[in-house]
Amino acid sequence: MIRFLARRLVQMALLFVVFLSIVWLLLQAMPGDISDTLVGNPDIPREVRFELRQRLGLDQPLHIQYITYITNFFRGEMGVSFSRYPADVSTVIWQHLPRTIVLFLTATVFAFWLGFKSGKLIAWGRGGRSEQAFILGGVFLQTVFYPWFAIVMMWVFGFYLGWFPISRFIDARLWQGSPYDANDLFEQMILSTLLVTVVYVVGRVLIKRFATTVTMEARLRQALVLVTVGGLILFWYLHPARTYVADIAHHTVLPVVTLGLVTFGATMLLTRSAMLETLGEDYILTARAKGLPDRVIRDRHAARNAMLPVTTSLVLSLAFVIGGGIVTESVFSWPGTGQLLLQAVMVSDIPLAAGILAVTGVLALVGHLVADVLYTVLDPRIRIT
Amino acid sequence: MTLGEPTQVQQEEPQPVGIEPSDSAAAAELVRTPMWRVRLRLFRRSFARNWALFRENKMGMFGLVLIGIFALMAIIHPILMSTVWDPKVYDPVTGYDAVLTEYEVVEEVTDPTTQIEVSEARIKLNPTIKVGDTVRIPAQPAPPTWTGENPHYLGTDPQGRDILSQLLYSTRAAFFLGAVAALTTVIIATTVGSVAAYFGGWIDGGLMRFADLILLMPLLPLLIVMSAAFDINMVMLGVLIGILNGFGGVAIVLKSQALSIKVKAYIDAAKVAGGGDWHVIFRHIVPNVLPLSFLYMMFGVTEAIAIEATLSFFGLLNVPMTWGVMINTAQANGYLLSGTQYWWLLFPAGLAVTFLAFAFFIVGRGMDEVINPRLRAR
Repeated sequence: MIRFLARRLVQMALLFVVFLSIVWLLLQAMPGDISDTLVGNPDIPREVRFELRQRLGLDQPLHIQYITYITNFFRGEMGVSFSRYPADVSTVIWQHLPRTIVLFLTATVFAFWLGFKSGKLIAWGRGGRSEQAFILGGVFLQTVFYPWFAIVMMWVFGFYLGWFPISRFIDARLWQGSPYDANDLFEQMILSTLLVTVVYVVGRVLIKRFATTVTMEARLRQALVLVTVGGLILFWYLHPARTYVADIAHHTVLPVVTLGLVTFGATMLLTRSAMLETLGEDYILTARAKGLPDRVIRDRHAARNAMLPVTTSLVLSLAFVIGGGIVTESVFSWPGTGQLLLQAVMVSDIPLAAGILAVTGVLALVGHLVADVLYTVLDPRIRIT
Repeated sequence: MTLGEPTQVQQEEPQPVGIEPSDSAAAAELVRTPMWRVRLRLFRRSFARNWALFRENKMGMFGLVLIGIFALMAIIHPILMSTVWDPKVYDPVTGYDAVLTEYEVVEEVTDPTTQIEVSEARIKLNPTIKVGDTVRIPAQPAPPTWTGENPHYLGTDPQGRDILSQLLYSTRAAFFLGAVAALTTVIIATTVGSVAAYFGGWIDGGLMRFADLILLMPLLPLLIVMSAAFDINMVMLGVLIGILNGFGGVAIVLKSQALSIKVKAYIDAAKVAGGGDWHVIFRHIVPNVLPLSFLYMMFGVTEAIAIEATLSFFGLLNVPMTWGVMINTAQANGYLLSGTQYWWLLFPAGLAVTFLAFAFFIVGRGMDEVINPRLRAR
């Protein structure tokens, strides 16, 4: 297991260098360089332009530039943003990254959890009328033109029903004169949620180990959910920055749900077909012959094995969630890296755009690694060899 | 050489399905038929069988009907443009029509599609207008009109162009892009998959690691950054999506299919008969991988349509008119949250993208059930 992971890590690192090289190549393939944008400006003499080229290292041979780029990236240096001069690319990205990660994580977790449950259920109750409706809905969600879907969601829930704020991350009027910094508060929210998640996972493991009967396990699980979620809500309810936190949370709901819904459709369909394949296996027949209750066959025998292909698809849907995240952020004016990327591209802020692309690559790689780890945890065959 | 030829024909047969010469006369007959006719007959037979299976799938058939409707839309546009529609008015990109819309003059506007404020009407027309008058003002975007000299069945966009014409024109663009992307995907994926499976070893390893890398590549961000650097048009986009798809996931799937074909007896037979590596790959492995690749072609079309629409929604592509551009136009002119009030700006284009992608996707699912028997209904 550890050797497997170590090998995977090395592979990932290599892949990332290749990815970074492609980003660099993309930068090189662009016609001209930054100093060319100053050609038309009569206030800037030729000498200044050449000095600029020299200072930026653009007069050096290509391989030197390449090595400088790669090493600088690993030192956290991605250059200076053109459009947000004099801010560093890494600083700008760092400011926007938490929001993207939260959007990305919550939407993925929500979609996979719900998609797996519902896919399992519709595969189990195969042939019903509701199955057709679920499949149709799932396919619709998977193929719907996502920006349009986001606009419609925003219009229905934000404008027509008015349940959620239409866009942005915070309500500027509320935050005027607030003693808190939105970014700091948001980071605290993330930390507290992470803490609660860890407590929950540990609790689940402990329950599994020490619960003696099935009903006791179910009771304890319910209690755990109540304690963790209730504790989190209570903590923030008693927190002095209550209204501000509620404002952030209120703004987060609609983008997360919109992105999650689309991923949900794909996961549900995939779980369904994976379940159908496992339901045809001999061990399901054996389980039935043993007289096990339906729920046990469904959850312990079929769904556990159907989880493997779904986990594999997690990798594929990662790319989708990253792409969908950009659309979500742009439609909902959610100030994350996706919106930043679009803004950078619109004003040809190439260092920033390339930096975000590289960071997105890191995100995809980490997601890939997590899916791999999950796979090894789920599949005992890999764990042993 | 008269003796050599017949045996060669027998060995060239890709898959001796259904042809079992019962007596020598029939065998002689079979040998005399040209190769292409045998191939055609085999193809027709397997096609008929698969078609019968596919027809049982109601969703797949529905998808096929939808694609047919879209194809009709694509065909009808040039015909309409050259006969009924005046290009000056109906051209999807450069057309313009000053549609006169009737407005009721009121003190305070409650419904901007039928009412106009009195001061605004005075500025636009003449200063003698009173509250309660009805005025006709050229307005964009205009709601659907069914009568008049130039009817606009789906209204006009904020620049006075006919929405229906744009919608039909974009259908053609979508089909074109889908075809380019799907063809590139299939050509690359079947070649890569077959070559990797046939040769194995370091060629296989190298190609598959490369496929892993492509699979990891976040496609949309990459294309967004590329569109900033280069002027991407429809053909380039199709080829780009095709390459990224073909070298990535589809190649991996097709390779595993090719592996199962590589161990079949007729591959050995072809090699013994003196077939070279490339002959075996392109004549024996690729034709047997193709059916599966058609399946991925369908999903590839879905993806290509969605990506194109998303990129042109952001206004990043160098394309004259597509569904994504239509929504981008609505958004750029501030009609993003107009909802049902200006429904013709957002809904026709959005639904068109959705339905065409949906159609290709469910046809793909139907084909999946034909190829993969375990998914079929009991």
